[in-house]
Amino acid sequence: MPHENSVGSIRLFSGFAHGSLKLILRGNRAYWLWLAFLGALIVSGALAYSAQVRVGLGLTAMRDQVSWGFYIGNFTFLVGVAAAAVVLVIPAYIYDWKPIREIVIYGELLAISAITMCLMFVLVDIGRPDRFWHLIPPFGHLNFPSSVLAWDVMVLNLYFIVNFVVATHILYRAFHGKHYIKKLVVPLVLLSVPMAVGIHTVTAFLYNGLAARPYWNSSILAPQFLASAFCSGPAILLVVLQLLRRFTRFEIRDAAIWKIAELMAYAMFLNLFLHGAEAFKEFYSNTQHLLFTRYWYLGLGSHRTLVPYAWSAVALNLVAFALFISPAMRRNWITLNIGCLATYAGVYIEKGMGLIIPGLTPDALGEIYEYYPTMTELRVAAGIFAAGFLLFTLMLKVAVPISLGEFRGSEDPAAEAELASAGIGAAHPSTAHPGAAQAI
Amino acid sequence: MPNDNPVTQDPSRRLFTIAAAGAAASWVMTACGPKRLYEAPKDRLRSLIAEEERRYREQYGKDVTVSGAGPLPGVQFAYALDISRCIGCRRCVYACVAENNQSRDPQIQWIRVLSMEKDKGVDFSHADPYYHPGHVPEEGHFYVPVGCQHCENSPCTKVCPTGATWAEKDGIVVIDYDWCIGCRYCMAACPYGARHFNWTEPAIPSAELNPNMHYLGNRPRTKGVVEKCTFCIQRARAGRYPACVEVCPVGARKFGNILDASSEIRYIIENKRILVLKEELNTVPRFFYFYAT
Repeated sequence: MPHENSVGSIRLFSGFAHGSLKLILRGNRAYWLWLAFLGALIVSGALAYSAQVRVGLGLTAMRDQVSWGFYIGNFTFLVGVAAAAVVLVIPAYIYDWKPIREIVIYGELLAISAITMCLMFVLVDIGRPDRFWHLIPPFGHLNFPSSVLAWDVMVLNLYFIVNFVVATHILYRAFHGKHYIKKLVVPLVLLSVPMAVGIHTVTAFLYNGLAARPYWNSSILAPQFLASAFCSGPAILLVVLQLLRRFTRFEIRDAAIWKIAELMAYAMFLNLFLHGAEAFKEFYSNTQHLLFTRYWYLGLGSHRTLVPYAWSAVALNLVAFALFISPAMRRNWITLNIGCLATYAGVYIEKGMGLIIPGLTPDALGEIYEYYPTMTELRVAAGIFAAGFLLFTLMLKVAVPISLGEFRGSEDPAAEAELASAGIGAAHPSTAHPGAAQAI
Repeated sequence: MPNDNPVTQDPSRRLFTIAAAGAAASWVMTACGPKRLYEAPKDRLRSLIAEEERRYREQYGKDVTVSGAGPLPGVQFAYALDISRCIGCRRCVYACVAENNQSRDPQIQWIRVLSMEKDKGVDFSHADPYYHPGHVPEEGHFYVPVGCQHCENSPCTKVCPTGATWAEKDGIVVIDYDWCIGCRYCMAACPYGARHFNWTEPAIPSAELNPNMHYLGNRPRTKGVVEKCTFCIQRARAGRYPACVEVCPVGARKFGNILDASSEIRYIIENKRILVLKEELNTVPRFFYFYAT
């Protein structure tokens, strides 16, 4: 009996894998152009990275003074994007808000892509990527609990696994015309909520715990990370959902989109408020620690590389807030999308350029080294973003038809009956209707 | 416990299972065994050191000895630097480079001498590491050389995700260059800018290579790892002064065993006006600055 069952599941799985592959290989001209575009960026990034591996991180603009830069900034931003899942999961599961429940799975797929990009950014930043296994016990040694980086490695990987299991399980079951196993999914989803908060908090603590860097050593850092994360993640998702609605039969209710935009307005208010609170404390108390904040907003003498970035981030965040707080504006598709782009760009600049670099400028001994990413860094970063978007695209390509009920494998009544009798799964009688997969 | 699964009662299968389990267990044991120099047992350390000597000999074409000397009981190293004497000549910087096999291209220097203005005091925001007058000392300036402070409460060792850096029993903070993954978290954590990264492949002409090495000290590094001052561990543990102490033309640099009541370092700490850099960070440095005059 167990043998037959395992053979059956292998058959079921190969059906799923084979079908997914067919879906991925089927698409119109725009789809293939998009893939070609991403492919070109990935190739360019891979070439730049291979040069970096050959020559060393000297091909980046990082030096002893500013020892972390664009890569770690992007990493931090993308940890925030992975928040998209939680912003949607909280109302969907805790408040049982139906319109958002239908699209939670896309938030999870976005989180999977974002975490993949995060891990890639860390990998390209380390000097000896061939030694990454030194982090993994029992082969390596993880300095836990002393190193916050050890915590971060753990929570990011766990968060990845949780989202991956939930998303693939739901899609896999739906593919075979079955409802997901509630006993598996609900606890994992509930776990993913504190975990999402956890990954942002731990990532903030990574910087926050360093007394050597006063710009980061402020307890407002973690709350500010969370606030900005709850803006940037949904901003991407809102655009993706509109695209899906336009190019597939997928239906997403306006109410869901407007609700997400409303949540973003509150998060953006909090983000701006926390930035303001920090700026007040720094400028009013006017200690030597002000140097770092001053470098970001005003520049230090002739060193003004980041100043335009600082003010464009502030302006973009203010615009986004203004657009999302007004119900009329967030219900207008044009202003809604402008708001999404402004949020994305604002938070991206604020995290990518505004968090890491001013934290290290001036350096620990007061020297000002003006960091600005090199072409190598830009190409590698673009390649990683392309890889993440490629992953997201391919996952959507499989997930959307499954959710719509357009893509189904052969049902296996024997396996289903067995699962039902074992009490671990509920063969759902109503799986024929398209909403089944989304009605989580 | 009765075994009702007929499969495992087949003797050859059972034998295979036991053998496989044994192989897996021994593999896990090996994998879990010590890999970091931190925990390497003496015999393994000896073979590692022999291997290193062979490698450097081949690479640089000259005879090299790598010491494996450990910390001595009853020894706690400390350093003191007389700010009132230092003239900012940077001889310590170059003696350190030569002694500790720092890369010549790109240049890596473990000691950074800061020129400070007398009317501002010890103030990093007005410090200049790139001063280049015809003669030192410059009017109205004094000098603060900064390297690793060998903190007792060291932020760098705390944050290292792989445990590749630690404080030895005699107080020297060291790095395992073979275990460091180059994440540079320690550099972000260090309040003294003491840690340096090999951004490209370090280069040392073999004629300039110092062949007297220590496995935790001045053996050549590779690109992609972090390095820093070790109090010249290859000298200190052999009872010699660090190169910077020896070379200082004005005798501003003092080094010794703080547990030795008759040592010069002990006298300075007990009798002079001493200070440590960034005291408010509670790093508890073993590197003291003092004013002898």
